[in-house]
Amino acid sequence: MNSAEQMKTMDIERRRRWIGLLAKATLQELEQGWSQIESKPEYTFIRVPETGQIMIRARTGGVGPQFNLGEMTMSRCAVRLANGYIGFGYTAKHQKRHAELAAVFDAMMQDPVYRSMIETTVIEPVADREQHKRSVSATKIASTNVDFFTLVRGDD
Amino acid sequence: MYVAVKGGEEAIENSQRLLEQKRRGDTAVDELSIEQIKEQMSLAVDRVMTEGSLYNRDLAALAIKQAQGDLVEAIFLLRAYRTTLPRLGVSEPINTNSMCIQRRISSTFKDIPGGQVLGATYDYTHRLLDFSLMAEGDEPVSTDELKQMESAADTPRMPRVVDLLNAEGLIETESDGAGTGNIPDLTREPLTLPADRQLRLQALARADEGFLLALGYSTQRGYGNNHPFAGEIRHGTLNIEITPPELGFPIVIGEIEITECEMINQFTGSKKKPPQFTRGYGIAFGHSERKAMSMALIDRALRCAEFGETVVSPAQDQEFVLSHTDNVEASGFVQHLKLPHYVDFQSELELVRRLRKERGDNKQSGIDEKCA
Repeated sequence: MNSAEQMKTMDIERRRRWIGLLAKATLQELEQGWSQIESKPEYTFIRVPETGQIMIRARTGGVGPQFNLGEMTMSRCAVRLANGYIGFGYTAKHQKRHAELAAVFDAMMQDPVYRSMIETTVIEPVADREQHKRSVSATKIASTNVDFFTLVRGDD
Repeated sequence: MYVAVKGGEEAIENSQRLLEQKRRGDTAVDELSIEQIKEQMSLAVDRVMTEGSLYNRDLAALAIKQAQGDLVEAIFLLRAYRTTLPRLGVSEPINTNSMCIQRRISSTFKDIPGGQVLGATYDYTHRLLDFSLMAEGDEPVSTDELKQMESAADTPRMPRVVDLLNAEGLIETESDGAGTGNIPDLTREPLTLPADRQLRLQALARADEGFLLALGYSTQRGYGNNHPFAGEIRHGTLNIEITPPELGFPIVIGEIEITECEMINQFTGSKKKPPQFTRGYGIAFGHSERKAMSMALIDRALRCAEFGETVVSPAQDQEFVLSHTDNVEASGFVQHLKLPHYVDFQSELELVRRLRKERGDNKQSGIDEKCA
């Protein structure tokens, strides 16, 4: 892999991370982040916010051939900022507004002018909350780790 | 046969208004919120999502509220709603190995890599009514009471229990299955028989829990027994990823809770296959162990043809099982009997009267006597 490709892979990884966090954010978190921006960018819809569903695929025995497990709601949106950056928003929530804000933030994250601001006001708080949720849950779960003893029957 | 009837609009409207009042109950009692249902009746929400075949906690909770807690009715509402949603794509296949574990047990091996984790379970409760839950305004259980572990930020890696048997070649292996080929989809094409395992698993995943439970129980009692062991049951959360064509790389759109069960079944071998353990697979949205376990029993029972087993019991008969698993269909067909069948019944009545007359039975039917 040459360095240009490496850069590209790194960029994709970073974008994957923020798109995922924007999807998992609460609408309240997104609205709060939006309200904190003083000079809000103008944007137009490339794809108006819409709600629908996706089919979740699983594998037989967890590892075998794929099958259709069941559906999940999804909302999505695509926007273009006045300065040309294009953003895509996705979330499993049944919320058009969530998809719209996620798309706008995705576009703003690609814009060096806004990036660090959006990172600190929106992306990292969501990442921290998710991490906190995971570690609290892991701590509680770990306390239920169990060692069963097998009793030998007929032992003198 | 049902013949259409007209009229009754006013009575129907009044009945629906009455239903709304019934649903709300005594207005002196606080109204249930969707958040309350989601948080405090989460297992009901899980069941409605699984059998409604649509993962969305808010919509499932709404359906439960609207159906006054009638889960099969709520499942119907969710199924009806999903038909209004356009299909925007398919997920990457979920990798249950990457599950963030909330519970994981095996009844086949005591010591398993990653350990046995009980999580939150009713298994070891005494099933005594807890009257303290009746008292209002009691303090919530403090989370500090749980022993705080040092640095348990990440759950340990938990390899599949069945893989331990794989090492010795004592259990059948699941082939990866080349590519995504043609994955049958019940929501797009009607069920055709015989159905392959992928289609059967889709049908079982959305099947009525009660029906699967009874059938699974029947296999244990000897109607198609396949000597099951709960190789592994795991419950936890995992990310759902899609690869939108406009991006060209997979992204996470959200997280789901899921329960997975791998049954290990004894198999004494056939002409083609050596003695080994075979597998049955069950999976359900949310935390639904009873459903996942029953599904795994039925999955294995329905694989009888693969192992050269004779179909002798209902649970092994895929036409019987797959035609009756869906509670939306079943409930609809049973309950349509409530609709007016007046014309149909009149003709039956005429027929019985004529047959009796031909037999020389002079006495009029009981119905006429009473009516007279």
